[in-house]
Amino acid sequence: MVIHRYERRASQISYLLRPNYIQMVKEFTLKDQEHESRLVARRVYFAGFIILMLVIMLISRIFYLTVLQHDHFTTLSKSNRVKITPIPPIRGLIYSRDGVILAENKPTFSLEVIPEQIDDVDKLIGQLKEIIIIEDNDIERFKNSLKKKRRFENVPLRLNLNEEEVALFAVNRHQFPGVDVVAGLNRYYPLGDELVHAIGYVARIDEDDVKHLNESKYSGTTHIGKLGIEKFYESLLHGDVGHQQVEVNAQGRVIRVLDRTAPKPGENLHLTIDLSLQRIAIDSLKNKRGAIVAMDPRNGDILTFVSSPGYDPNKFVNGIDSKSYKALLSSKDKPLINRVIQGKYPPGSTIKPFLALVAIENGVRNLKDESWCPGWFSLKGHKHRYRDWKKRGHGYTDLHKAITQSCDVYFYMLAHELGINRIYKGLSQFGFGKQSGIDVGGEAKGLLPSREWKREALGQAWFPGETIIMGIGQGYALATPLQLVKATASLANKGKIARPRFVYRTSNSITNEINALPSHYEDQITITNKTHWDVIINSMRDVVHGVGGTAWRSGLNAKYKFAGKTGTAQVIGIAQDGEYKKEEIPEEFQDHALFIAFAPVESPRIAIAIIVENGGGGSKIAAPIARKMLDHFMDNRDLISKG
Amino acid sequence: MEERSLGQRLHIDFPLLLGILVLCVIGLIVIYSAGGQDISLVYRQAVKLMIALVGMVIVAQLSPAEISRWSLWLYIFGIILLVLVIFYGDIGKGAQRWLDLKIFRFQPSELMKLSVPMMIAFFLADKSLPPGFLRVLLACVFITIPVLLIAKQPDLGTALLVATAGFAVLFISGISWRLLTSMGILAAASAPLLWYFMHDYQKRRVLTFLNPEHDPLGAGYHIIQSKIAIGSGGFYGKGWLNGTQSHLEFLPERSTDFIFAVFCEEFGMLGVLLLLCVYLFIISRGMYIALNAQHTFGRLLASGLTLTFFVYIFVNMGMVTGQLPVVGVPLPLISHGGTSMVTLMIGFGILMAIHTHRRFLSF
Repeated sequence: MVIHRYERRASQISYLLRPNYIQMVKEFTLKDQEHESRLVARRVYFAGFIILMLVIMLISRIFYLTVLQHDHFTTLSKSNRVKITPIPPIRGLIYSRDGVILAENKPTFSLEVIPEQIDDVDKLIGQLKEIIIIEDNDIERFKNSLKKKRRFENVPLRLNLNEEEVALFAVNRHQFPGVDVVAGLNRYYPLGDELVHAIGYVARIDEDDVKHLNESKYSGTTHIGKLGIEKFYESLLHGDVGHQQVEVNAQGRVIRVLDRTAPKPGENLHLTIDLSLQRIAIDSLKNKRGAIVAMDPRNGDILTFVSSPGYDPNKFVNGIDSKSYKALLSSKDKPLINRVIQGKYPPGSTIKPFLALVAIENGVRNLKDESWCPGWFSLKGHKHRYRDWKKRGHGYTDLHKAITQSCDVYFYMLAHELGINRIYKGLSQFGFGKQSGIDVGGEAKGLLPSREWKREALGQAWFPGETIIMGIGQGYALATPLQLVKATASLANKGKIARPRFVYRTSNSITNEINALPSHYEDQITITNKTHWDVIINSMRDVVHGVGGTAWRSGLNAKYKFAGKTGTAQVIGIAQDGEYKKEEIPEEFQDHALFIAFAPVESPRIAIAIIVENGGGGSKIAAPIARKMLDHFMDNRDLISKG
Repeated sequence: MEERSLGQRLHIDFPLLLGILVLCVIGLIVIYSAGGQDISLVYRQAVKLMIALVGMVIVAQLSPAEISRWSLWLYIFGIILLVLVIFYGDIGKGAQRWLDLKIFRFQPSELMKLSVPMMIAFFLADKSLPPGFLRVLLACVFITIPVLLIAKQPDLGTALLVATAGFAVLFISGISWRLLTSMGILAAASAPLLWYFMHDYQKRRVLTFLNPEHDPLGAGYHIIQSKIAIGSGGFYGKGWLNGTQSHLEFLPERSTDFIFAVFCEEFGMLGVLLLLCVYLFIISRGMYIALNAQHTFGRLLASGLTLTFFVYIFVNMGMVTGQLPVVGVPLPLISHGGTSMVTLMIGFGILMAIHTHRRFLSF
């Protein structure tokens, strides 16, 4: 067949006479070469036709632009005097629950330079220095941003000009083409250090921020939320950029605005913080290290959020000088640490109510079961004595007494019988060892130890002795104050867990539209017998109001009933036969005072966790603070619940 | 041995070489203007050009049979490199594209621009044309694997170009119109899916393309400024070195992706017509080579490469004139930059190899 095809092509008949004909036949028998060649040729011609069509399309487009629209574009390009400049949006404000402004925008003036208009930057800076103070770090920052910006974009040289400087420059302005004073807004926190750990702060956008920013959305924006609520709610607070087309003269000064799209200001945030309660907490921790956090168990609203000491966020807004920053970093009080969400403390005896619930739920303890407390506990066959805080012991002790008097021996035995696996499972339901999910970043997880954790982290097996000290919240266990308050609130709420939150609604400055944010709830803690909640809650009530309760002094003459649990977290171990003598131990090794509480007992509206670092005993130091806060809260509760 | 011309012996196609050189010279002239009359930029580009030309001549020495034999291995090698990029690639401009080979950095996706059409041509030339449904399906798989790997880097522009190169060969192979339309419908239907997998910046580019005024501060800025440059150039242009848009630095990426805007501003529509003539000359020469190739592999590959060359031109010009979204495709042989230059030249080297290794049957 192949030969037949070639025979038809008379002009190529001589192929048959060539010596390599045999080889060619071999090749051609595999495929129908000529048919394929024609097929490909048809497609190539077709493609050529398409190419021609597309080229004609391109040419007509260029004809449209260069000939038909020539005049329009010539006007636009006439030495290109039409510029598009961004108008940054106004950042949303932050209010407390009672309507006090916590973060606002204050007008400021900055000296800005358009690089395109300047021949010699150094010479210009030299001339400007004669009328306005320009520091070396101003120049350094200016030169850095000079590299990043387009040549016709404003680059700030000096920030925060005072009125005198503005006036001085205005007089000399004609000497400095391409330099101008630009009015702007600066973030300001009127309360200073009082709420810094909740609100955080904004600061200048740096290289890290640029990497994950939507650049056109932030063109014109100079600051961005770096910490706390300012960071978490950045997308709401920032708003949408606007822009304007302006005509400028030969020096780059705006002559008239051709077209303008207004920016959309950011949303205002309304916090759940109750400022009067916050201030009582701050006063209570004055000159102390510690943390106080209060939340509404019903909806997770954070009412008080104090990490002491604080620091002034306003210093960070336009860049803190390195000396002040070093001072903050090296201070032994560690003001930069947010103790509420990052401070990890042994929960101490505050863990006992939770453990007690886990024990009765697991059937390890009955309500009537009594244990003998001689003042110490030892494992069978071991010499080591785990001591009670009360040297002479509590005698026969049931669950109620064990909680109200905080009997250590009872809980040593209880923990030993429960075992670490059940302790881990039970306590993790209350959120220990997990982030609480609050609406600020940087939260620590704390540590709820388990066999698996120890094997992975330390490569060791779990020892029975470690379970025993878990009974009094010592050993590996670490919790943040926020975890403590969340667990307390979950207990007060009988297993309904509200996720802590700062922002309960947003509002819009332009439309006045108010948008309420819903509370979030986690999986309900389910227990076999609901009366168990009441058992624990009643024991906690009697810690404060009962005979022999560890915090009985703090409950005296209260017009309402509240529940609590004291705790004292050891910072250092004490020798087997040693005694804890406060006077002999340096301050940084003294015990942390802890107290958790909620009120009113019947229908809790507030849960509190208090930690005073190196404060000593929980009953003496921490519980009175709770009483003071609760007295205020209960007096004003109608006002607050209106919210 | 039959008598052979100089071009045959050197394995160089002179008409094609002429077209290429003319374009390169135009490129150097425009780069000088676009780069703010910085002669060192021109020198650097000239060095890259020389390297690329040498690469072209070397590739032209290979016979099409050899190239065909290498196709499968080169394809597999390229896929391996693309996978390596995902794990070990250097990150530049927010995407993992580069493989650091100590001496120089290498972009495997660039290799795929040639390797994919080679692979498809090799695969389809193996059996008789037109390919059946199963072979088309397999060819699609061969195209899709590298395209997805490149899109993941993420480099949507290159991924689309690699896909174009593969499908150009598939089209030329004569697949039935029915298959072609159903593939088109399938592609259109999968567009929403693609949208879902796109990165934010890619979505933004498409949205900006649909409405440049929507984002005049970001991506839309490029298109607005480049339209002003082209439009103000008029029919005769403002003259070499006289483009105001480009020299006032209003125009972004002036010497690379947006160089066509500088060209238009300075040489006007007249210049564009002449430039298009040179491009069309090269394309028609490529088609001539394809039509006269002696083996199916050569025909498919030559026409595939030629079509891809046109697609580069069209996508770049379409982008600069605001008809297509901004994808980072340089203007072939004109834009500043080494990597794409080498790829293009090697492509031309293959064209020359196909043309100059024909077996002549003299009487």
